[in-house]
Amino acid sequence: MILTKSFDSFGRYCMFLWRSFAVPEKWKVFFRRYMDEMSKLGIDSIPLILIVSLFIGSLCTILIKINISNPLLPRYTVGLTTREIILLEFSSSILCLILSGKIGSNIASEIGTMRVTEQIDALDIMGINSANFLVMPKILGLVTIMPFLVIICMATSLFGGFLICVLTGIVDTGTYIYGIQTMFIEWYVWFALIKSLFFAFIISSISAYYGYTVDGGSIEVGKASTNAVVMSNIMILVVDVVLTKLMLQ
Amino acid sequence: MIEVKNVEKSFVEPAGVRQVLYGINATFYDGKTNLIIGQSGSGKTVLVKNIVGLFRPDSGEILYDGRDITQMDRHQLKELRKEIGMLFQGSALFDSETVLGNVMFPLMMFSDMSAQQQRDRAQFCIDRVNLTGSEDKYPSELSGGMQKRAAIARAIALNPKYLFCDEPNSGLDPKTSIVIDELLSDITHEFGITTIINTHDMNSVMGIGENIVFINKGHVGWIGNKDEIYSQDNDDLNNFVYATDLFRDVRKYRLVHGYQKSAPGQH
Repeated sequence: MILTKSFDSFGRYCMFLWRSFAVPEKWKVFFRRYMDEMSKLGIDSIPLILIVSLFIGSLCTILIKINISNPLLPRYTVGLTTREIILLEFSSSILCLILSGKIGSNIASEIGTMRVTEQIDALDIMGINSANFLVMPKILGLVTIMPFLVIICMATSLFGGFLICVLTGIVDTGTYIYGIQTMFIEWYVWFALIKSLFFAFIISSISAYYGYTVDGGSIEVGKASTNAVVMSNIMILVVDVVLTKLMLQ
Repeated sequence: MIEVKNVEKSFVEPAGVRQVLYGINATFYDGKTNLIIGQSGSGKTVLVKNIVGLFRPDSGEILYDGRDITQMDRHQLKELRKEIGMLFQGSALFDSETVLGNVMFPLMMFSDMSAQQQRDRAQFCIDRVNLTGSEDKYPSELSGGMQKRAAIARAIALNPKYLFCDEPNSGLDPKTSIVIDELLSDITHEFGITTIINTHDMNSVMGIGENIVFINKGHVGWIGNKDEIYSQDNDDLNNFVYATDLFRDVRKYRLVHGYQKSAPGQH
C-alpha cells in the first residue's frame, strides 16, 4: 500500500516536472521572475547563512580542540579537521538541510496559497502553463544561486573558527591558518558545489510539487509545507549518501 | 455562441461511479447574460468546468462558435483560452501584483503591445469598472466588491469573446451585488461578449437573467428568461427560486397584478 502510494506520488512528481520544464511563454517575463526568485530565495537567505556558519565554524574548532588532547596529534589538526568537516558536509548538505526549512516552506506555502485561492486556476484559464510559469524560475533560480551560498558558507565558517582562535586563544592563530591550508584537496570544494546543485533542485522542486498539489484550505497548506520540508530533508540525505559514494570513493 | 450538446460526466470514486451530468443540452448566446442556476451539488460547477475545459466530458460536444473544445489538443486549447475571460468566486487576483499589475498581466503575457499601450489598455479597463484611483493598491487593501471589479477588469483586458463568472456575488452585500451584476450586464452588451454566470443569487436571476439554464440533479430542469420565470409551473424550479416566503409573495403578487418591466437599478 505504502509502496504503491510512493510510486504514485513519484510518478505525479515526474509529470509535474515534465510540465514545469517547457519553453516559457515570454522570455522577458521569465527572466524577470528568475531574477526575483534568485533574490528572494538566495540573497535573502544570506543573513541566516552568515549567522549559522559563523557559529558552526567556531563550535567545530572548540569541539575538535577538546577532543584532540592527545600529545601525539599535531596542533594544526584542529584547523585541518574543521576545514574537512566544513568542505565535505556542512557547507553543502547541512546548509541545505537548514535552508530547506526556510526556502522549502516558503515555496510550498506560497504556491499552496495560490492554489487554494484559485490563482493557479486563473493562470490556467488564461492559457498559461502555470507549473512552468511559477515553478521553473524558482528551480532554476535556486540552482543558480546555491553554489554562491555554499562558497559564502565555507568562507564564513572558516572565519568563525579563526575568530574563536583570536578571541579565546585555544589554538594559536598561526597554527589554525596552517591547519586549514595543509593537505588541501581542491576536489572537495568542487564536490560540495556539485552536491549543492542537486540539493537546490531537490528543495525547490519537491516543495513546489507539494504546494502545487494542495487541495483544500489553510490546514492543507500547512500540511503541504511541513511535508515539503520533511521530504526534501529525507531526499537530501539519500542523495548525499549516493553522491558521496560516487564522487569520493 | 456556445452550444452544449448531450454532455455527460461522471466521476470514479472509491464507492463507485457517480454520474453528475446527464445529457445536458443548452445554448449560450452572444451579447447576452446567460445564467446557470441550481442548488449546491446540482452539478452546475461541474458543468461550467466542463465548458471551460478544466474537465473533459465523458461524451457530448461543447462548441465555441463551432469549435469543439472536447476534441482540442493542448495547443488549440491554449489558443482558445486567450478568447476566454474568467471571474473566479474568490477573485483570484495575484497577491504579489497591484491592481494595475493584475490587469496588465494577461496583456503582458499574450499581447504584442508596447509597455505604454499595455498600461493604457489596463487603465481603460480599470476606468470601465470604476476603480480609477486604486491602480497602485494591492488586492489585500481592497474591499470585496473592489476586488471583484478588479478581477472583472483583468478578465476583460484581452477583449474576450467569452466571459465566465463563478458566483460573482458570493460574499457581497445586496447593493454591491447589484453593482457587480449591472457591470457584468453592461459589459456584456457593450462588447457583445458571451457571458456565462454561474449563480444562485435570486437577485441576479431577476435582474439580469436574459437566458437562464436551471440545472437540477444533473439534468437541465428548465430554460427561459427572467420574464418567464414567474409564470411557469416547474415544481423543482419553483422550490429553488422561491425558497423564501418573500419571493413566494412577490410571485403571487406579480401573477395577480401582471409584470411591469422596471428599468435596471430600480428594483
